[in-house]
Amino acid sequence: MSAIAPLPTPSIAYDAERVRRDFPILERLVNGRPLVYLDSAASGQRPLPVLRAVEHYETHCHANVHRGVHALSQAATEAFEGARERVRRFINAGSSREIVFVRGTTEAINLVAQSFGRARLGRGDEILITALEHHANIVPWQMLCEQTGSTLKVAPIDRRGELELDRLLELLSPRTRLVAVAHVSNALGTVLPVKRIADAAHAVGAVVLIDGAQAIPHSRVDVRELGCDFYAFSGHKLYGPTGIGVLYAREELLAAMPPWQGGGDMIRTVSFEKTTYNDLPWKFEAGTPNISGAVGLAAAMDYIESLGVEAIAAHEQRLLKLASAEVTRIGGVEIIGTAAHKASVLSFTMQGCHPHDLGTILDAEGVAIRTGHHCAMPVMTFFDIPATARASFGCYNTEEDVEALIAALGKAREVFG
Amino acid sequence: MDLKELYRDVILDHNRQPRNFGPLVPSDAHAEGHNPLCGDRLTVWLRMSGDRIEDIRFEGKGCAISTASASLMTEAVKGKDKATVMALYGTIHALLTRQDAVPDASLGKLAALSGVREFPARVKCASLCWHTLGAALERSADPVTTE
Ligand SMILES: Cc1ncc(COP(=O)(O)O)c(C=O)c1O
Repeated sequence: MSAIAPLPTPSIAYDAERVRRDFPILERLVNGRPLVYLDSAASGQRPLPVLRAVEHYETHCHANVHRGVHALSQAATEAFEGARERVRRFINAGSSREIVFVRGTTEAINLVAQSFGRARLGRGDEILITALEHHANIVPWQMLCEQTGSTLKVAPIDRRGELELDRLLELLSPRTRLVAVAHVSNALGTVLPVKRIADAAHAVGAVVLIDGAQAIPHSRVDVRELGCDFYAFSGHKLYGPTGIGVLYAREELLAAMPPWQGGGDMIRTVSFEKTTYNDLPWKFEAGTPNISGAVGLAAAMDYIESLGVEAIAAHEQRLLKLASAEVTRIGGVEIIGTAAHKASVLSFTMQGCHPHDLGTILDAEGVAIRTGHHCAMPVMTFFDIPATARASFGCYNTEEDVEALIAALGKAREVFG
Repeated sequence: MDLKELYRDVILDHNRQPRNFGPLVPSDAHAEGHNPLCGDRLTVWLRMSGDRIEDIRFEGKGCAISTASASLMTEAVKGKDKATVMALYGTIHALLTRQDAVPDASLGKLAALSGVREFPARVKCASLCWHTLGAALERSADPVTTE
């Protein structure tokens, strides 16, 4: 299974109540009500094993990495490089040299644009994205186009929020140097056929970047099976810490890419005449990294595997189906994004009630959802709406959470008549 | 948090049926306001008679608070001179942000906005129209933001 699996059969074994007990934040009250957290697509909460791993590292193991013979520096280096190996296994990369730690998806994509893109692209070259991308997978390419004179092409979506694959395939040509697509849309939930896209892109000699920010928490990602050249994701959407993320890059590409930022750690020797660069992946990790973040991310990956990514995904699919059926029973509610293949995300509007008002009313009920353009303004423009309300599901959500959402939406309907 | 304080009947009414809604032709000045956080956008048009707002209209897409606030504002400032409007702007700003502000009688229906201060995330929705009016009064047509 490479992309998101087709709906697996419900696993009776998945015990969301037990999972919830691993997330201390879910015990808190919001506005006097039990928290109903339906905003995991923006950021997941952290389970105890992640909190404890970070605390253990900070309490017992911290020093700077790669820079000392003393015991703590070695312990920190081991923890940091151990986390890298953990990430490699999680996405089945061939080598830990292909795992670059960054701040998050945004930084990963900028790194590819500025290092790979700037060195390789020029006038007449094309970058192909889709109409459902997050701003993080649009703006770095626009900046690159300005710098290099290359052109940005956009494959359209249809009214269901489905990528028009035929149109994307038509846009591929020998001028296409880079194809950058989301694995899962954060605004619509659409799962894209990324393997199909990668194969077609490779056939015209283009390199493929997948923005995996929304896919990695809901599917087993195997970068070799996907055949992508770059895969980017953030730790905080995967129940790990903020400020840590991963760029997977095929070694051969990474080796040929110029460094992005200069500084400590990324060099082998420095003199005023000539500086030589460090080996992979450190060539791309200038400066002291987010060590505890990497440790926390590794713990998050252990945690997710202990629950089983497929089991989590199957559970979330059940909640998504239930919620999708229930919201449409409320008057004036329209689901935005009705692709055949979706993950975790339920975007919608309610006639006569602006998403911002919905967000406030739901918050008063303790229900946390995201409202706004979800950093995907072109998607809002396409559907001719200013914003949507978005509920998104994670490993700890339950049918009671869906019921609370529906009840709170009923309140909103009452207020706005 | 009391939602009834925020969504008072006056607010809901002005959201459903905004007053002075739609372009003003001819006009002497207009300005556009945008709240990038929630995507609220509105335009305010003015027709001046010397220092006095002779007529004012607005149009926009936004949440109930932003629409109602703009609608209430147009009713409140029509016929007033610049100095009076700017003083009112100050009073409204205090009402929206200061817990101890007591709505005085001069506010009239605008006092319905006092519930907003319990919802800090929504203050910008209510103040966007006033920023925009301020910009229109300076006859600047550049978009202003609440950021
Ligand atoms: C699809 C997608 N891409 C990129 C990003 C950016 O991630 P980050 O803010 O962690 O860099 C997000 C997060 O909102 C996302 O959902």
